[in-house]
Amino acid sequence: MDFKEYKIGEYDNEDQKKFRKELGEWLDKNISPELVESTWILRTTANIPYAHEFAQKLGEKGWLVPEWPKEYGGAGLPAGYSTIVAEELSKRVLWAPGFLGGLTGGVQGPIIMRHGTPEQKKEWLPKIAAGAQFALGYTEPNAGTDLAGLQLRATPDGDSYILNGQKMFSTGAHNARYHWLAARTNPELPKHKGVSMIIADLTAPGVTVTKLTTIAGDRTNEVFYDNVRVPKTNRIGPEGEGWSITRDALTAERGDLGTFPWPKILVDELVQYVKETKRNGKPLSEDPFIRQTLAQLTTDVNVLRLYGRRLNWMIEKGQDVSWSAPYSKIFESELSQRIATQGMQIMGMYGQLEQDSKYAKLKGHIELAYLTMVVRSFGGGSNNMLRSIIATRGMGLPREPQLAMPVKK
Amino acid sequence: MDFDFNDEQKMLKQGARDFFEKECPKSLVKQMMEDEKGNPSELWKKMAQLGWLGLIYPEKYGGGEGNMIDLIALAEEMGRACLPGPYFSTVLLGGLFILRNGSEEQKQEILPKMANGQLILTLAMTEPSDSYEASAIGIEAKSNKDDYIINGTKLFVPDAQIADYIICIARTKKGTAPEDGITAFLVDRKSPGITCTLLKTLAGNKLCEVIFNNVKVAKKNIVGKLDQAWIPLQQTLQQATIAQCAEMVGGAQRALEIAADHAKKRVQFDRPIGSFPVIQHVVANMMMDVDASRFLTYEAAWKYAEGLPCAQEIAMAKLWTCEAYQRTAAAGHQILGGIGYTMDGEMHLYFRRAKAAEAALGDSKYHREALAKELGM
Repeated sequence: MDFKEYKIGEYDNEDQKKFRKELGEWLDKNISPELVESTWILRTTANIPYAHEFAQKLGEKGWLVPEWPKEYGGAGLPAGYSTIVAEELSKRVLWAPGFLGGLTGGVQGPIIMRHGTPEQKKEWLPKIAAGAQFALGYTEPNAGTDLAGLQLRATPDGDSYILNGQKMFSTGAHNARYHWLAARTNPELPKHKGVSMIIADLTAPGVTVTKLTTIAGDRTNEVFYDNVRVPKTNRIGPEGEGWSITRDALTAERGDLGTFPWPKILVDELVQYVKETKRNGKPLSEDPFIRQTLAQLTTDVNVLRLYGRRLNWMIEKGQDVSWSAPYSKIFESELSQRIATQGMQIMGMYGQLEQDSKYAKLKGHIELAYLTMVVRSFGGGSNNMLRSIIATRGMGLPREPQLAMPVKK
Repeated sequence: MDFDFNDEQKMLKQGARDFFEKECPKSLVKQMMEDEKGNPSELWKKMAQLGWLGLIYPEKYGGGEGNMIDLIALAEEMGRACLPGPYFSTVLLGGLFILRNGSEEQKQEILPKMANGQLILTLAMTEPSDSYEASAIGIEAKSNKDDYIINGTKLFVPDAQIADYIICIARTKKGTAPEDGITAFLVDRKSPGITCTLLKTLAGNKLCEVIFNNVKVAKKNIVGKLDQAWIPLQQTLQQATIAQCAEMVGGAQRALEIAADHAKKRVQFDRPIGSFPVIQHVVANMMMDVDASRFLTYEAAWKYAEGLPCAQEIAMAKLWTCEAYQRTAAAGHQILGGIGYTMDGEMHLYFRRAKAAEAALGDSKYHREALAKELGM
């Protein structure tokens, strides 16, 4: 058993020390205060201004994906260097994993590495390494939790596919150049077997990106495809393999979501707040209800941390994490919602003030959290479905049988 | 990063599981719930022979030189088995307090016999005031030449009715702070003036009222320094709490397994009930609860074994685990339905013990308050 906390840089060899220093100095020169500030505002990285520009600069140095071969735009460095980049970024901006993921899409690189043909790797990996932005195109109006029911059609036509259909809640599609699509290449096959991964160019004729605004004021998008032609060579992996690729990408995403830093930040802010704030002449921190609430939330934040560490340990050992990654996602989302709700209670009437309001406290973090955290229990996988995955894959409970009479669409 | 036991600990754990399956079936557990002594003597002797009583004690006192992680490997299996008997009171409360705070003479006299299974010990701390706070210690020990005279009542004392020695935590001085002026006395249970009454408890664990009526204790039987027992007492309770959490984890894990097995086998509406998402959700919640309990407990144990500060980790482990254990056992009952609700069943053993474990060594409210203090609130 070993719960030793790793100190950043403690295992660096000489080369790594040198790299870390050089990288750190470059980051300090190239990360603007605006970029730092913008990562602290509880919004998705895909919508952060300056992020794309920064990604390109980082990509020019080969440091966006430092472990990739130089021929693919990486720096050709050995294993461990992408961790160094993530760590140094984490010191300067908030939540580097999400930051990096938001910049590059996060999933496309490894998938193309693994499933792409040599030509596809030559075409796409350098673009990703240079900071090309991808948006995810999974969800549709009729395919959310039942993602396999997706309908966006990729009709074969010579050496192309013709894309027709619609993606929903495609965050970042308004900023991105490329769309990472889960598309239906064969509607005759059972739904899980007729899906393929296709990269589309969002600037192509026939693509329309329409703005949607979430209740938290974030931008997301509907993307319409009207007879959009893409070369067949934009399909990554064999036809019909898209579902397993998507599923693995979603599992990885769930683990990442559990590293969301805001639960800890908000609880620490609330603990500080109650120490400094008086109500009826007494510090809030003396209120037994508040003491109990914050002690519980502190414990919950620690549980989230331990779920994440256990997940990393399982990944290191090469174990199947499809049932344990959802722990992090479920717990983080519901904890974040609890923090927002209970934080509101602690802050009393001040809790409802938006961040640029007079009298707003804690930069309006709790008010913003109250709205932004709503999505976390269904975005990235509905917690309801994920609990079923945990019980069936993790404890062997039988899966729910399919209905004999599906609803006609 | 490693969430697993090492090979030796795994062997200990599996060995304990096999041993308890054979030597401590649920029929024995249920029998002991009604039994006045509650400690099957054969079982106790065998555990002593296996070295489990002295597991974390130094070799010079007949112990196995084990650490906290070895202990929790064993404790998890005790929880799974619903082990009856005075392991906690003797080995983890009485024994550890003497190890931590006693004189060399006291240690030599008591600990080897404890490790051997020849002595039962307990710690009398709580009183009718129902609190683990220092201010709740009201029982008084008054100095009288070479002795102290103890008067007062201790309540919820585990296994006092079979103990050879009771370590009585009494107030010897009313100091500036309630933590000041508390002393530990090693009292022979058969001393004149002691009346032990077994209480009837939910989980059938043997808690007693112990009345001290002018009980004379020689000054040499003070354990540790006069007026200064509070800190070593807290340290002992902290250490015991880690093991208690491990015991709860073992019980909760078994409750989860029973419920999941039932969900796979029980057919209603022409399908196993485990195929209904509602049941799957309950099981998923149980899994997350048990795993969180496990990780919190393991981290506390590891930090303790490494000699690192772990007061926060221990508070978090206890406050989470006892509520998680109760949730898990309650959910287990919900899944089992009627079949789990009769005395023939196993789930109610965990359900009862979850509550008993909450009540001992500070409940969640107590530990949340302790954590709040640690956070500077």
